[in-house]
Amino acid sequence: MKKNKMLKITDVSKDSEKLTSVSIDDLMSIPADLDDIDWAELPEETREKYICILDDVNILPIPKPLTTKDEEELVNKFIEGMRKLFTKENNWTFLTMLETTMEHCAKCNTCSDSCHLFEASGENEMYRPNYRTEVFRRIYKKYVQKEPLARWRSGDIDLNWQTVARLGEMAYRCNICRRCAQTCPIGADNALVAREIRKIFSQEMGITTPELHDKGSMMQLKTGSSTQMNKIVVKDNVEFIDEDFSEETGYEFETPWDVEGADILLIHNAGEIMAWPENIAAFSMIFQAAGISWTLSSELAAYDSINYGVFYDDVQFARTAILQAQAAKNLGVKKIVLGECGHAHKALTVIADRVLPEPLKVPRESCFPILRDIVMSGKIKFDPERNNFPVTLHDPCNITRLMGIIKPQRDIVHKLCPQFREMHPHGPYNYCCGGGSGYAIMSRNNIPEWRFKIAGRKKLEQVLNAFSDCRGPDTKKYVCAPCSNCKGQLRDIFDRYNLLEAEQLTYGGIVELIVNAMVDVNPGYIKWEEY
Amino acid sequence: MSTFIYIVTYLAIVVFVAAVLRRIIHYLKNPIHVRWELYPVPHEGKKASYGGSYLEDSGWWEQERKTSLVGTLKAMIPEMLFLKAVWENNRPLWVVTFPFHFGLYITVGFIGLLGLTAIIQLSGIDVAGSHRLKPVVALISFLGPLGFILTIMGAIGLLYKRLTDPGLRNYANFEHYFNLCLFITTMGVAVLTWLFVDPTFNLARQFLVNLISLKMTAIGSFLFQLQVLLAMFTIAYIPLTHMSHFFMKWFLYHDIRWGDEPNINTPETDKKIGIVLNYPVTWSASHISGHGKETWAEVATFNPAAESEKGKE
Ligand code: SF4
Ligand code: SF4
Repeated sequence: MKKNKMLKITDVSKDSEKLTSVSIDDLMSIPADLDDIDWAELPEETREKYICILDDVNILPIPKPLTTKDEEELVNKFIEGMRKLFTKENNWTFLTMLETTMEHCAKCNTCSDSCHLFEASGENEMYRPNYRTEVFRRIYKKYVQKEPLARWRSGDIDLNWQTVARLGEMAYRCNICRRCAQTCPIGADNALVAREIRKIFSQEMGITTPELHDKGSMMQLKTGSSTQMNKIVVKDNVEFIDEDFSEETGYEFETPWDVEGADILLIHNAGEIMAWPENIAAFSMIFQAAGISWTLSSELAAYDSINYGVFYDDVQFARTAILQAQAAKNLGVKKIVLGECGHAHKALTVIADRVLPEPLKVPRESCFPILRDIVMSGKIKFDPERNNFPVTLHDPCNITRLMGIIKPQRDIVHKLCPQFREMHPHGPYNYCCGGGSGYAIMSRNNIPEWRFKIAGRKKLEQVLNAFSDCRGPDTKKYVCAPCSNCKGQLRDIFDRYNLLEAEQLTYGGIVELIVNAMVDVNPGYIKWEEY
Repeated sequence: MSTFIYIVTYLAIVVFVAAVLRRIIHYLKNPIHVRWELYPVPHEGKKASYGGSYLEDSGWWEQERKTSLVGTLKAMIPEMLFLKAVWENNRPLWVVTFPFHFGLYITVGFIGLLGLTAIIQLSGIDVAGSHRLKPVVALISFLGPLGFILTIMGAIGLLYKRLTDPGLRNYANFEHYFNLCLFITTMGVAVLTWLFVDPTFNLARQFLVNLISLKMTAIGSFLFQLQVLLAMFTIAYIPLTHMSHFFMKWFLYHDIRWGDEPNINTPETDKKIGIVLNYPVTWSASHISGHGKETWAEVATFNPAAESEKGKE
């Protein structure tokens, strides 16, 4: 048996350099010649400043304790946060789900095989969905709930600084895709536990990833967007997109801003404006062509649908959702429509549903139903032959498994893409792209390596299998990934393995496919160019 | 000794009911939680077949919300009776956990039928001698041993898996082994009692008659008394452990996993949100504390980034 497979729960507390390591030989094999190499060593600065004792990667920068007092403080702060996590006042949002997961897991491991990280890592025990939960549960039972005979009933654990640091880091070895929760016969949720641990670190200890917090949710609250674009810059950029794409496509359009009383407030992930302007332009062209009454808003946080709080912090989540709903109220629109961003969909449509107070309630919906209605309505003329290349559809977890929006996207690709083929499994049973819960925007240290070798491996296998009849550089292929985070992950993994050259493989959203088939637009909207 | 057995039985029933109620009340007393549903949600009717939801329709809040009870039952019954999720996702475990659970269901059905015949007996009818009740008595005689034996087989299988599968062993603790041994012992003694003391379950029925009519008349042999004691301990013990999932699963599925009720025309939900937004927040991180904001409403409508920018001006 491999050493990693023998990892015990109590090993998490060991005074050792690393808890585990996934070597290249351990990795799940996939139908491609991937030139994977061993882990790059973490930069010296990272090793000096932060605790790096879990594996070969460092995602959560926990400052290294320099003295015994620092070590004790780390433990005490964590346990204090854990106590707060189990109070209704501090955690009314998720207490019910957390308590039931703590109490009712049968430890049957039915959830293990559903996890793409567990599979991709060659079944490394640390990636078993229940591993981090079990460490967390034992701490809870022994130190917070103080269950009589906890050692015997729930298993023992030594709560030292190593345990705390490794648990924090392990909370960032999960995509929070909830595929494991879907298979649990009891209804327990290991994904939730990863998120709750992240919350303790952020909300109590002030420790979180710079991408999600300082450069993410805090930047959004400060400038209006995690891209740092303020309202003047964002309007300028979109104006530039309008001009540029009007010229390129031969289809004159203008993106409306701050139209009071419009039917729809569309909120994009502002990252699209910088990285995928063709997505912004495509929405504007489709909505204009369909004669929809719509607008963008230039209010703080309302031109960027991201809500990174969903990944790590309830307070940051609530602040962002409230700003976005307030902007819609200020404009007096009939509804908010979310652009192609999965976590933004779930954040504002589902989670915010029981956070927004009565005066801020405004109807919120996904862009896919309205896009489907437009495509099916006959208002726009399409030539599906323009999309006559193999297309597959990636299902963003937040939109499918967590919201049940499955068919509208499929109605569109079935109508417009003659060579559409599904990945397997798909719909609510899809696999995460590997960028879920924030990693898609992380490129610190050797995080990208982790995203490629482990987190994104299963999705890459699915993509390649979907195109098994047309592999190689002779056929152009398109992965429709209607979510900014998923696109970021696919772009980086395709780039890493040189798949544009080797497979003529590109990716993009669904609106690009719609515009690519619009008769009134110059052909060739989708390009197989450098990512 | 007989009186003791009756007292233990009454006490066990009280502990069972109290423990079940305590868990349910604790759950219900928790404040409103955010929506955290997982699809497929079976009450979504036709859409449930592919995992779809009402969110697939533009203007969904203007439509009448329809939920399908048939859909819910179609998902619930195979899950409850046949452990469908384990069948689909963990077949090797299903082979042992299904007989265990199904054996317990049959045992519960057996006790229910036995109780029913005890009530009939109390009304003056001689159940054992009644010609018309013969099929029921025969069914009881069949279900009892079947339930006991299936449970034992399942429990031994589970114990074997826990001991031999490294993945499962890593997560098992003393309580898991104790629970399985408890079931094997209790059901084992039940089989012995059936074989050697009470093959018709007439004694067991008489015990239930006495129990219902509050008569603590002396009963049976040592083996029978041991069986009652073990069974009562098990009944009282189950809801005190993680095995309380047998009833809490209802909430985990209906309220959390399938809890997709939108906050549209639901003043009750708005009221509950109003309550939680006034809860005090004591998280210590600097983006939350230290700004003089105390409640969720205050903290969530405060923008620390904008404030710190103002401070710099
Ligand atoms: S979370 Fe569910 S599936 Fe996973 S071990 Fe616990 S009970 Fe089993
Ligand atoms: S949420 Fe996803 S990534 Fe995390 S443990 Fe579950 S299946 Fe694995």
